[in-house]
Amino acid sequence: MLKTLIYDGTWAGLLTTIFCSFEYKWQIATIQHRDEPVQSGLFVTTETILTDELKTKRVLLGLEKKIGLQGIKELYYVFLSECKHRELLILRSTHYYFKSNPKANLNYAHDDILKIKKTVRSVSRERHRMTAFVRFQKMKDGLYFANIEPDFNVLPLIANFFKDRFADQKWLIYDLKRKYGIYYDLQDITEVKFSHTLDRNTIHIHLDDDELHYSYLWKNYFDSVNIKERKNTKLHVQSLPKRYWKYLNEKNLF
Amino acid sequence: MSDRVFQKLHILADAAKYDVSCSSSGSNRSNKNKGLGNADQGGICHSYTEDGRCVSLLKILLTNHCIYDCAYCVSRKSNDIQRAAFTVQEVVDLTINFYRRNYIEGLFLSSGIFKNADYTMERLVSIAKKLRQEHKFNGYIHLKTIPGASEELVHQAGLYADRLSVNLEIPTEEGLKLLAPDKSRAEMILPMKYLKNEIVRFKEERQIIKSTPTFAPAGQSTQMIIGASGESDKHIIQTAQHFYTKFQLKRVYYSGYVPISHDKRLPEIGSQVPMVRENRLYQSDWLMRFYGFKAEEIVNDMYPLLDLDIDPKLSWALRNQQLFPIDINRADYNLIVRIPGIGVQSAKKIIMARRFGPLRIENLQKLGVAINRAKYFIICLGFQQLYADKSGANIKQYILAQSSSKYVKNNSEQLSLF
Ligand code: SF4
Repeated sequence: MLKTLIYDGTWAGLLTTIFCSFEYKWQIATIQHRDEPVQSGLFVTTETILTDELKTKRVLLGLEKKIGLQGIKELYYVFLSECKHRELLILRSTHYYFKSNPKANLNYAHDDILKIKKTVRSVSRERHRMTAFVRFQKMKDGLYFANIEPDFNVLPLIANFFKDRFADQKWLIYDLKRKYGIYYDLQDITEVKFSHTLDRNTIHIHLDDDELHYSYLWKNYFDSVNIKERKNTKLHVQSLPKRYWKYLNEKNLF
Repeated sequence: MSDRVFQKLHILADAAKYDVSCSSSGSNRSNKNKGLGNADQGGICHSYTEDGRCVSLLKILLTNHCIYDCAYCVSRKSNDIQRAAFTVQEVVDLTINFYRRNYIEGLFLSSGIFKNADYTMERLVSIAKKLRQEHKFNGYIHLKTIPGASEELVHQAGLYADRLSVNLEIPTEEGLKLLAPDKSRAEMILPMKYLKNEIVRFKEERQIIKSTPTFAPAGQSTQMIIGASGESDKHIIQTAQHFYTKFQLKRVYYSGYVPISHDKRLPEIGSQVPMVRENRLYQSDWLMRFYGFKAEEIVNDMYPLLDLDIDPKLSWALRNQQLFPIDINRADYNLIVRIPGIGVQSAKKIIMARRFGPLRIENLQKLGVAINRAKYFIICLGFQQLYADKSGANIKQYILAQSSSKYVKNNSEQLSLF
């Protein structure tokens, strides 16, 4: 009998789901986030999965033997891509990995694996862009604050980058699309949620006295290094896609 | 006060922009004792200028006052322009405040030569020192090495900076004499030699004594101006190879000359910046650094100039038809990576994927090979070579006809590598 599995939308939840699919040899039609409306078909039964740490660990251990930490990281990136049917893709490839020899994730001639590599590339690119394009504004209380709207859910992937880099300042990066942020208090990183998002005006009131000064200086710098004899708008927009401009003060003074 | 900094930043960033090196890669300085910043091994571009270049570092001159008169330089003493100079503290403040807002990876500090070489170098070093020691700054620092500065100062620079550079600017010695009469090639090479030896020495010591400080961990680089002194591509590429092998440079940059003065020795104001040529030079540079090519394979006495209409790798393949076709399922990586249409990434994937079974054209296509180009040079499962008896000139025509749009784009100044 085909099954629709419902999970809590977390990575651990998905790994538990995968564990169950092996354990009970289920035929799976879809895997759904519990917030999505359930699509029940005539010949489909639904099953709700309870996230379980032990089962999660066992899947990870098994995967590590087959495809190493690098391979697991790829699957995690696919998970964060939020792309449609990513759960099934991850499930299918996990089954493929378990029945193949180790390092089957390097089989570039396999369609699912190519799909994974492609998705990983997109998510990595977005992760890298966020390490580059986050623009902090300094607040009166010393907090460095930035809003972002990344294409994928990359906050979990950039947290350590910013923690290592800005170890001596408090900072907060807020994902407006997914309505949560990460906050570093000089010790640890915690996830935070605002009851209402901070708009430009509210932020403005709280800016540090020097903030506008440095923001203008940066814009001034950006304009000064341009070589107009070499103007190449196509390349400019390709490297710095317009959807990011909103949060770059050199393109768009806050 | 802040207005003055604004003005200075405008003048001294504008004057520094002709140095095209922007890289912040090659160093992995970590953030110790909860200081500020670290260096990303791969480098990060925080923005892109309207001409499409990466903005990674705060790249400025300490001052554009200069006692020299190099014809190709906006800061030359005979040029009637506004002059400015930052104080040490101003540069430190800008760097720290830009860095904390995640605008930049660090500082690239160069300078006109005021008073003398040592006097200038001392100030550059004192800024780097202050950043490292007073601000616990671990971000990237690139310092210009002023030719003629004392070894002691160059040594100190190596202790604080991630990368050091001396720009050769003019690829040939005769050209340099003509355009920069105050400078000598020998004076430029001296600090490069010294740095090379020190970098090697520190690296070796570090392997034995872990606490040995780092010394210019991202190595040295240089820049050559293209199209200012009538040099050939052969000159440029062979000079680059010489510096890569003899001085172990990390990077050589090529900067298409932007006409900035009415000097009879130089191209007129308004003449085109040689951007396609510059792009072909970068492609050749990649071939030397990542594809195992020697300078002589790319340009030589018979072919002293790069083709502008096709990239240097394709050009090499067409001149060496006897080496093809190459069997995708058997050939070594070193050969596969030389096939036009196959880059380093796809070559690596081919090597891995073929362990799971022989590859067909469809597989190659899916893992990123540009079949339109590669098909003239390969055989693989189910695909025989149909063009083996065609001449290089014929194949070039086929490829140009097929992908005309791409090359037209290339000629209109699109910069892309293969
Ligand atoms: S020494 Fe440097 S700054 Fe001075 S004119 Fe020559 S290139 Fe320009």
